[in-house]
Amino acid sequence: MQYAISILLSGVSLGGQYALIAIGYTMVYGILRLINFAHGDVFMVAGLMMVYLTASLPLAASIPLVLVLTVLLGFIIERAAYKPLREAPRMSVMISAIGVSYLLQNLATYVTGGLPKMYPEIPGISNTITIAGVPTKVVTVVTPVLVLVLVLALTQLIHHTKVGMAMRAVAKDFETAQLMGIKINAVISVTFIIGSFLAAVGSVLYFTNYQSIVPLSGALPGLRAFVAAVFGGIGSIPGAVVGAFIIGISESVIKGSSWSIFSDAFTFALLIIILVVKPTGLFGEKVTDKV
Amino acid sequence: MKKTVNKSAWAGLLCAAALLALVVILENVLDPNKNIMVFAALKKGAVYALVAVSMNLLNGFTGLFSLGQAGFMLLGAYTYAILTIPVSQREAVYYIYNGSAVNFSLPELFGGGAFGLVLGVVLALVLGGCVAAAVAWLIGLPVLRLKSDYLAIATLGFGEIIRAVFQWDKLGPVTNGANALKNFPTFSSFNITNGSGETVLRLSTFTAFLLAGICIAVVVLLINSTYGRAFKAIRDDEVAAEAMGINLSKHKRLAFVISSFFAGVGGGMFAMFANQAQAKTFTTAMTYEILLIVVIGGIGSVSGSCIAAFLYVAASEWWLRFLDAETFIGGFKVPLLRNGFRMVVFSVVIMIVVLFFRRGIMGDKELPDLLKKRRKEGAK
Repeated sequence: MQYAISILLSGVSLGGQYALIAIGYTMVYGILRLINFAHGDVFMVAGLMMVYLTASLPLAASIPLVLVLTVLLGFIIERAAYKPLREAPRMSVMISAIGVSYLLQNLATYVTGGLPKMYPEIPGISNTITIAGVPTKVVTVVTPVLVLVLVLALTQLIHHTKVGMAMRAVAKDFETAQLMGIKINAVISVTFIIGSFLAAVGSVLYFTNYQSIVPLSGALPGLRAFVAAVFGGIGSIPGAVVGAFIIGISESVIKGSSWSIFSDAFTFALLIIILVVKPTGLFGEKVTDKV
Repeated sequence: MKKTVNKSAWAGLLCAAALLALVVILENVLDPNKNIMVFAALKKGAVYALVAVSMNLLNGFTGLFSLGQAGFMLLGAYTYAILTIPVSQREAVYYIYNGSAVNFSLPELFGGGAFGLVLGVVLALVLGGCVAAAVAWLIGLPVLRLKSDYLAIATLGFGEIIRAVFQWDKLGPVTNGANALKNFPTFSSFNITNGSGETVLRLSTFTAFLLAGICIAVVVLLINSTYGRAFKAIRDDEVAAEAMGINLSKHKRLAFVISSFFAGVGGGMFAMFANQAQAKTFTTAMTYEILLIVVIGGIGSVSGSCIAAFLYVAASEWWLRFLDAETFIGGFKVPLLRNGFRMVVFSVVIMIVVLFFRRGIMGDKELPDLLKKRRKEGAK
């Protein structure tokens, strides 16, 4: 029983962390129709920034700084690597995303010297508490709550502000939105800024749980979060969150069983089944030309 | 028309023969112990050229964006390794699982010796390709219905699934679990030695070039056939191609299966190059590397892929090595140079190619096209 609870707890917190990454994927895909392969690596870089900033700054200063720098990174990546290719075929943009991901990973290897870095302890959420007889970190409980708050704030932003309306318009029809006077580039930048911000928050939560960071630590969580976004219906934010929790819990269950080597295989098998059976995902809009 | 085709075919064959002769001469004149880098880069380049061409057949000529190449290479590499490890070595290789479930080795089945080695290795490579092709056929049934980036992410997922299956403990007696398979014949096994064990004629790089060359030639012939034209039609416009009577699903599956076949052969050759086969080397990063080679060479150009493969391997493994070493000029330490800087510079170069030279080295032209154009301009 205790074992089941501890697995469920870690699954829920993992799911929350994936949800924060998945939102970045789903929003970018909704607008640009681009699988932003570099998103997972932005998440990893956010983790590394935290390691290096806390070495010289107090924690209270480094957390906001990490958030700002990650947002800046997301913004720069979009401007430098995706904007010049706006008129190019979709595949070129995707290749560019793969290139950015390769660059970020190599840069991280260079900076860290290829050695795993230990994520700093954050007082408050690194502490251990006991829930229903199961010891766990505070972050496990904080994550789902924080995810809910952030997602609610985001939905408010998308449904009740001018920028949110513009984002929905661009996602619906790129060219018409442009003709209506919406500044496409500004809207896309905002999308990347929100996505990177959430990824930075996710990285603080994720790496408090799994403390060592290597240059490849972003790749797999990124892909899993993408699967979550597809599972929930790409372009839909509630879908991404629900998908992420399902992926997180099932990963945690499989990792706890004797089939642990198949945890990623299961995630991808789920992806393929979803794509073949119900390409629009759980909450996706019914658009036939997407797949 | 017929005559010019024959002429260019002969010219191509002649060039290939000249290249192979050059490789043999180079290998036997230069001391391989002093030029390890050169020959490693040449061999790896040949292997990557083949895999890049196989990926180009799919991405560049058929317009199917697949990212499963590393998975198919893994299948080829494991099939090759499992079929060719000598029986006497099996106990040592599979020591964790108390011996292997497969207790024969193709080169020995054919009587060993030089003849057995050649026949066994070639057959094992072809079988590796066939396994990859068969799996590709199965995967293709559901996956080829997807389009563009969904196809990419689904094939990427299949690569990961294949990797997990091969690392599974329960399959240990066949795949050796997460441990490496080794002690099978490699490219160096093709060096000819005399009675006292001295190497008389080095043929290891030649073997790599010959195998890759034959496979690439087959792909080129395929691209120039009616099938190849159908593939290109599908790439350019699916609806129009279908209206012209091309069976879309059949041709897509065909392209996928053939591409995977050659990726499998390339995987077997990669195992020969690396002297071992281990599931953890065939990651998505490897697929990305091959994709970047295809992009640098030009999507839709076979000769571009070959040139880019050699450039890529030589640059990353050999020419840029100096960036990894700390260097002093007089008493001044050159800044930034240390382990890992090579790959940073390298990925920046790749980003520049991707962003500003999107057509790559060759665009969708082939080497002979460029020569012909020049001749025409000269005639004017």
